[in-house]
Amino acid sequence: MSDTVVTDTATIDPYVDQLLGKTDAADPTIGDVTIQNYTINFGPQHPAAHGVLRLVMELDGEIIERIDPHVGLLHRGTEKLIEYKTYAQAIPYFDRLDYCSPACMEHSFVLAIEKLLDLEVPIRAQYLRVFFAELTRISNHMLNLGSHVMDVGAMTPNLWMFEIREDCYGFLERATGARMHHNYFRPGGVHQDVPLKLLTDIADWLDTRLPRLFEDAISLVADNRIFKQRNVDIATVSRDDAIAWGFSGPMIRAAGIPWDIRKSQPYDVYDRMDFEIPVGTRGDCYDRFMVRVEEVRQSARIMKQCLAEMPEGPIASLDRKVVPPKRAEMKQSMEALIHHFKLYTEGYHVPAGEVYVATESPKGEFGVFLVADGTNKPYRCKIRPTAFSHLQAMDFMSRGHMLADTTAILGAMDIVFGECDR
Amino acid sequence: MRAPAPAYATNLNDATVDAINAALGGAVMEARVRVGEVQLFAERDSIVETLTTLRDTPGLEYQQLMEMAGVDYPERPERFEVVYCLLSLTRNHRIQVHVSTDEVKPVPSVTGVWPVAGWLEREIYDMYGVLFAGNADLRRILTDYGFRGHPQRKDFPLTGFVELRYSEEEKRVVYQPVSLAQDFRTFDFTSPWEGAEYVLPGDEKGMLPQAKGAQTPLTADQIAKAGAAQSVATPPAASSEAYGKKDAQSTAETGAGKPGPDGGEPKPANPDVVPTKGGGQNQ
Repeated sequence: MSDTVVTDTATIDPYVDQLLGKTDAADPTIGDVTIQNYTINFGPQHPAAHGVLRLVMELDGEIIERIDPHVGLLHRGTEKLIEYKTYAQAIPYFDRLDYCSPACMEHSFVLAIEKLLDLEVPIRAQYLRVFFAELTRISNHMLNLGSHVMDVGAMTPNLWMFEIREDCYGFLERATGARMHHNYFRPGGVHQDVPLKLLTDIADWLDTRLPRLFEDAISLVADNRIFKQRNVDIATVSRDDAIAWGFSGPMIRAAGIPWDIRKSQPYDVYDRMDFEIPVGTRGDCYDRFMVRVEEVRQSARIMKQCLAEMPEGPIASLDRKVVPPKRAEMKQSMEALIHHFKLYTEGYHVPAGEVYVATESPKGEFGVFLVADGTNKPYRCKIRPTAFSHLQAMDFMSRGHMLADTTAILGAMDIVFGECDR
Repeated sequence: MRAPAPAYATNLNDATVDAINAALGGAVMEARVRVGEVQLFAERDSIVETLTTLRDTPGLEYQQLMEMAGVDYPERPERFEVVYCLLSLTRNHRIQVHVSTDEVKPVPSVTGVWPVAGWLEREIYDMYGVLFAGNADLRRILTDYGFRGHPQRKDFPLTGFVELRYSEEEKRVVYQPVSLAQDFRTFDFTSPWEGAEYVLPGDEKGMLPQAKGAQTPLTADQIAKAGAAQSVATPPAASSEAYGKKDAQSTAETGAGKPGPDGGEPKPANPDVVPTKGGGQNQ
């Protein structure tokens, strides 16, 4: 083509230019600026990365062409450590996975052990677990919704929602003794009973402070024009994509699939609870936000039902081969002392078997694939993080969007790296 | 099932096993129900067809791949097992598909069936070294850039081989061989009468025949080693030197311990003599 001489300079048809092989880059006209794709590094330390996420982004101007997320910067070998611990010693590791919703992490593991042991759980313990799992869901969503609106530019709602989160941690501390790493759910039930005053305080809080603060904060953003500009039609995911990429939780519900493990595969006493599953219509970041907003209201509804229906009774199984006796009993009874000693040294033996138990954590399906070999330690404990499938979809969700949309997309995914990297 | 585990449609388990055998036939080695879950053992080479059939056959409809787990069984000829955990949203059912492999035989990648398998296969490659043929992006995912070894293997030590520190001289983070401030301790509290396979320090003394005569006092050094070494420590032989005097009757020549004049025959036991507890000391 280079030997072709074009004399007619009046030809400005771009199609002819293309046939002649003339490009802007090779033959720039005055005023053109040569642009080429460039690669930037987002993170690993970035306030909008919600932890240690490194994104290698290929940009065309400000448009994202490709994203390669690098995870694993918070890998601590949890699964390997669990293989060297007894079942009871492994529970605290679950608190440290998703440190924003620790009780829900324990829930999957405890249910998996109980499934292998075929252990019955007293009804009050099941109510307490559901109750605190929902309280944890509220506290998790407060962090996520607050940081999402903060990532796209609003300040006030985050401060108000952190008030609620602080209340949740106060309640959880009063029940379990620890603000974050509870170690409260145990195979066979929960660790200890809750005082009545705590339940009445939470009931008051659910009726007054939570709706006031939360609805106030949401009213600032839900219909806000700037918030909608930053979120509506950003990173839309179709139903087929959501299924193929293994989405779960609010991510799959925002895509329009009414799938909630609490509803379709109920565990503990969720089958007695009356609640609704919010679904999105467009599958964009705004839908994911609003699905979580509605889930907070539904969680409050479940907690109120728990308070109304929770019976009196034991809070852990009376099978002394799994659940240790209370300390006061241990001081009096020789048999209880033996049980106490055996359970806190050797632990209990779990029959050989392989189970996959998944629960609805605030971020999606949190599963535990547990291989027991009949000893007192797990042979293999594979943890299914919710973030793995969602973060993998980051690449196709962000394509064609602007660089500034990354924070909105990440915020609406609800990623915590303790859980993603394990 | 009395445990309050997630209750999906487990009444479909037996029907599912029948449907799988009908739809897959020879590609399935075994389909069984254990602990209320359907486990399917499939052929490695036809895993892609098997999973596609499980996804697309009406009546099976496992639309989602939720999880892939690797398991290491070092005693098996094909030591690794890859487990696919599938979920059917329409039938509300779950299934595990097991495939076995080893360090060199690759498992066909299912990224063409479910794109989510990309990272899940990367993780199993990272943790176990299982290869996936057809995965276009089989890099390490959780461990550090340039990491060596596959940490979830049972023969990989919990402490690892290297540790990380900031070097003030080089002004960067450096790797060095792991050095432990104390020995790595394992606490195995399994009951000895329930098949514990370890020897407690001191147990080895029961295995050894008692040496003749008074015990030679152990030095502190030997006591420290006794816990670690299981070997029989030979006591130093008694010297037969008679304190420098060659003509003296040494204790070694008293005939003690030698066969008697009657050729070492033991005395016939007298049935009337009842040995006392004190062995005759007080009589």
